[in-house]
Amino acid sequence: MRIEYNFAFFDEGSKREIRRATLKAVAIPGYQVPFASREMPIARGWGTGGLQLTLSLVGKEDSLKVIDQGSDESVNAVNIKKLITITTGIKITDETTEATIIQSRHRIPEIPLQAGQILVLQVPLPEPLRYFEPSEFETKKLHAEQEYSGAWLMLFEQIMNYGTMATGADHPAMVHDRYVMAPSPIPRFDNAKLNQSQALILLGAGREKKVYAVPPYTKVVSLAFEDYSFEIEAFQDKCCGLCGAQGVFLDEILDDLTGQTHYQCNDTSYCLQRLNNKSVG
Amino acid sequence: MGYVAVKGGIQAIEESIKRLKYERLKKGTVLDSQQIEGGMRCLIDQVMSESSLYNETLAAMAIKQAEGSPEEAVFLLRAYRSTLPRKHYSRTVQSEDMLVERRISSSFKEILGGQILGAANDYTHRLIDFDLNEETADDAIKWVREYALESGVDNDKTDLSKLPKTLDYLRGEGLISTCEINDTEPDDVTKESLQFPTSRSQRLQILTRGQTGAVTSLGYVALRSYGALHPTVGELRIGNLPIYVDCPFQEHNEDEDAYYIGEIKVTEVETLFPQEIQKGNGEKEIEFEIGYGICYGQNETKAIAMSILDRCLETGNPEYPTHNEEFVLLHIDSVESTGFISHLKLPHYVTFQSKLDSVRKSKK
Amino acid sequence: MIEFERPVLSVRNLNKQFGKGCLNCRGIKGDSLKKNYCPVCGTVYACQDITFEVYAGEILGVVGESGSGKSTLMQCLYFDQEVSSGEGYISSYRNGKTNVFAESSQQKRYIRNHMMGKVYQNPLLGLRVNFTSIGNIAEKLIAAGNRHVGKMEARGKELLEHVNIPIYRMKEAPKNFSGGMQQRVQIAKALSNNPPLLLLDEVTTGLDLSVQASVLDLIKTIQRELKITVVIVSHDLGVIRMLADRTMVMLDGRIVEHGLTDQILEDPQHGYTQHLVQSLL
Repeated sequence: MRIEYNFAFFDEGSKREIRRATLKAVAIPGYQVPFASREMPIARGWGTGGLQLTLSLVGKEDSLKVIDQGSDESVNAVNIKKLITITTGIKITDETTEATIIQSRHRIPEIPLQAGQILVLQVPLPEPLRYFEPSEFETKKLHAEQEYSGAWLMLFEQIMNYGTMATGADHPAMVHDRYVMAPSPIPRFDNAKLNQSQALILLGAGREKKVYAVPPYTKVVSLAFEDYSFEIEAFQDKCCGLCGAQGVFLDEILDDLTGQTHYQCNDTSYCLQRLNNKSVG
Repeated sequence: MGYVAVKGGIQAIEESIKRLKYERLKKGTVLDSQQIEGGMRCLIDQVMSESSLYNETLAAMAIKQAEGSPEEAVFLLRAYRSTLPRKHYSRTVQSEDMLVERRISSSFKEILGGQILGAANDYTHRLIDFDLNEETADDAIKWVREYALESGVDNDKTDLSKLPKTLDYLRGEGLISTCEINDTEPDDVTKESLQFPTSRSQRLQILTRGQTGAVTSLGYVALRSYGALHPTVGELRIGNLPIYVDCPFQEHNEDEDAYYIGEIKVTEVETLFPQEIQKGNGEKEIEFEIGYGICYGQNETKAIAMSILDRCLETGNPEYPTHNEEFVLLHIDSVESTGFISHLKLPHYVTFQSKLDSVRKSKK
Repeated sequence: MIEFERPVLSVRNLNKQFGKGCLNCRGIKGDSLKKNYCPVCGTVYACQDITFEVYAGEILGVVGESGSGKSTLMQCLYFDQEVSSGEGYISSYRNGKTNVFAESSQQKRYIRNHMMGKVYQNPLLGLRVNFTSIGNIAEKLIAAGNRHVGKMEARGKELLEHVNIPIYRMKEAPKNFSGGMQQRVQIAKALSNNPPLLLLDEVTTGLDLSVQASVLDLIKTIQRELKITVVIVSHDLGVIRMLADRTMVMLDGRIVEHGLTDQILEDPQHGYTQHLVQSLL
C-alpha cells in the first residue's frame, strides 16, 4: 500500500482537470469556475486552493516563492514550501524577481510583477456577495445577471455606519467591467496591483472549490462611489525603520521593552533587498 | 556581508513535529495497528465512513498516527484517497444480497426472517467493566472458541444472505409506492463540485461522507424540533455486501463473468415517514415516504440520522433549516469544517492591520 | 378623436397553478372545478384567467378571503412567482407592447427596480431588517444605477420624511422598529425610484387598529401627491372602501365581480360580494 507520489503530488489526470478549470477562469476574467477540489495533506482553510493551482502548474524548471502575510519565513509559508519541495524537488527562492510562481496568502509583493510570472492567491471566501446573500444558488444568478447592487450596498452601509468604507481587506473589485470578485484578503493597499498587471493572477479557494483569474493587462477597479473614492491604508509619512522604504505596506510593531511603536516593511524579502542594495552602495 | 532573512520557520516546524511525536511516544507504548484493527472496530468504521475509503488496515494506521483523533485520521485517509487512481467501477450493489448479521425493524413486530439483534450496544448496561483490565490474549482465544462451539449447531433454516426487505412487504400491500428502477449514472461529488439544486445522488454521497457528529446533530434537530417529522425505522440491516467488477477487457458482461473482489460491511437504514395525501374520492389517506441511509461499517446512529436528513432534503420545506440543502450539505464534511475553523489559527496580521486602519479612520 | 388612455398595467388571462394537474382537472376550470383545487391530484388553481386593467393615478382594490388567490396574484405581478400562463403589459416598459411575464430574469429585475414597488404584509420579506433603513432604500437606488452616496442619502432622507419617519432614525435597522414603522420604511423603499406602479399586499394586516389607520392615511396622502397608480390587496373590505377607486372581488382564484368601489358596496351583484358587504356593515 505504500505509494510513490507522482511529481507534484497529484496524478496527471487531476492536474489536467485543475488546469482546464484554470484556463476557463482565464478566459472569463473574474468569474468563479467550480472545480473538483481535492483533499490535500494540508488542512482546508490553510491554502489548499492555492496549493492545488501551484501543483497543477509547476514544472521542473520553475522557481517557487511562497509568502504568508508578506513573509517568506511565516510558518505556514514554510510548511507549504516543504510539501511542494518534497513532491517536486524544484528550486525555492525568496526573491520576487527570480520566482516564476509566487503563492501568497493575504499580500501581493511590493516589487511589480513581470510578464511570465504567475501569482497564486489563497482565497478563504470567494463570493463577494456572500454577506448580502447566503445562498450559493442565488449568488450564482446574481453574477449571471450582473446584479451587483448587493456589493455596493455593503459599502454604502459602511459609509452610513462609520462615515467611510471600512473593508479591512478583501475589498471587492470589478474585473474587466463584468464580474465583481473578492480579491482575497489582501489589504486595500494591494488592490491597485491587480489592475493592468503584467503577470497572470490566479485565485484559488480549495474548500469552496472555486478558481478565478485576472489575466495580464486586465482592468480591475475597486468598487467605490462617485463621492466616496476608494482609499488605501494610510501610512502617511511613516517609513520602514529598517530600510527606510516609504509607500509600501508596513507592519506596526509594538516594542514591549520600550513601549514604542515602530514600523517595518511587511514584505520581508523586499526589505532585505533594499538593505542589501544599500550596503553594496 | 549582507542582510539575510531571519530564518526560524523551518526549525520551529520541525521542533513542533518532534514534540507531537513525543506526545505519542512518551508513555513508552507503541500501539500495534493490528491491535487497533482488532479492538477498535467502531472507531475504524467511523473513520472509514467519514473518509469514504474502505480499508480497515489503512484506517487503523491512520488512527495510530493521529493518536486516536477521528478528525486527523479522516484527514489522513482523505488525502491518501486523493492520490489513488480510479481504475474500475464495481457493478451496482444490491443490498438484498447482504449477508445479514443484524437486522431489526421498529415498524413491525414480525418480519420475514425475524428480528435479529446481532452485535449491538443497545442492550448492554453502560457500566464500566473493570475486569477488562485483566483480559489476556489467551482468554480471548479461549472465549472465542467456546462461543463458536456454542453457536455451531444452527437449527434455523433462514438464509441470511437472502433476507427480503421489510419495505418490499409494504410495497406488496400498497402501503408505499413502488419506485421505478432508475439507472441514471450517479453524480460523483469527488469529481465535480456540488451545484445547487443538487441531485439525490449528490445529497446521499455528501451525507454518507459527513462527519458523524454533524450528521447526528442535524438529524436530532430535525427529529426534535425544527423538522416536523415523525419517522419509524422500517428496517436497519448490517452485514457484508459482496462487490463484483466486470472484466475490463470484455464489451458485454454476463452476471456470471463478473469478478468477485471482496466484501464490505455496511449499515443500511430505511426509515418511514407518514404523509397525508388526498385521494380520488376527496378523502385523505396516509402514505409512507422513505428516507434512506447507508454507511461503511457499523455506524447505526449516523445511518439513521442520514435517512432522516435524506427525507428532510427531499421535502425541502423552507421553514426548517434542516430542509435547506445549502445549510445541511455545505457544513457537514469533517475535513472542510475542521479545516476552516482551524484556519483561524493562521496569522491574520495584515487583514487585522487593515481593519485597525479602518477603525482608526472611522474614529477620526 | 378620442384618445384612449393606455392602462398603466394590463393583465390578460393570468393563470397560476401549483401542481401538474391530471386527467381529471386539466383543461377544466371555472365553475366546473369545485373550489380552486382538484380533489384527485391536489393541484391548486390559485389564479384562473385573471384579466384586468389599472389606469394612471387610480387605486385598484383586490378583495377576497384567504385562498382567493389575491396574494398569489400579487406575487405573480412582482415576479416572486412565475405565472403558469398569461400576459402582462406595463405602459412604461417598451411602450406596453411586451409581455413582461415572458421576459428574461434580468429584464424582470430591471422592471422590478424601475417600474414597480411592492410592500409586503411581512416586513421580513420586503426589508433587510439588519441593514439600516436608509440602506434599505439605497438598495433600490443602487439597483437602478445610482452611485453617488450624497445624492442617495438625500433622496433617502426625502423619502423617510415623506413617510413620517424621523431622520435621526435613518441609520437604525428596521428590526428595532414597530410594525407600523416597518411598513412605512417599506413604502419609502417601494417609492425610491419613482415607479409608476405600487403594489400593496395586506400591508396593514396584523397591525394595531390605530397604526393601521395612520398607515392607510399615509398611503392615501402619498398617492394623491405623487399620483401614483396603486393595486392594493386586502381581505378587509373596510381598507378597500377607504382607499380603492375601483375594486375586484376574488373568490377561489377567479374574479367574481368588479367595478367602482362605491357601486360594489351599494349594490353588490354576486352572492359572495353580498356576503362580504354584509359582514362589513
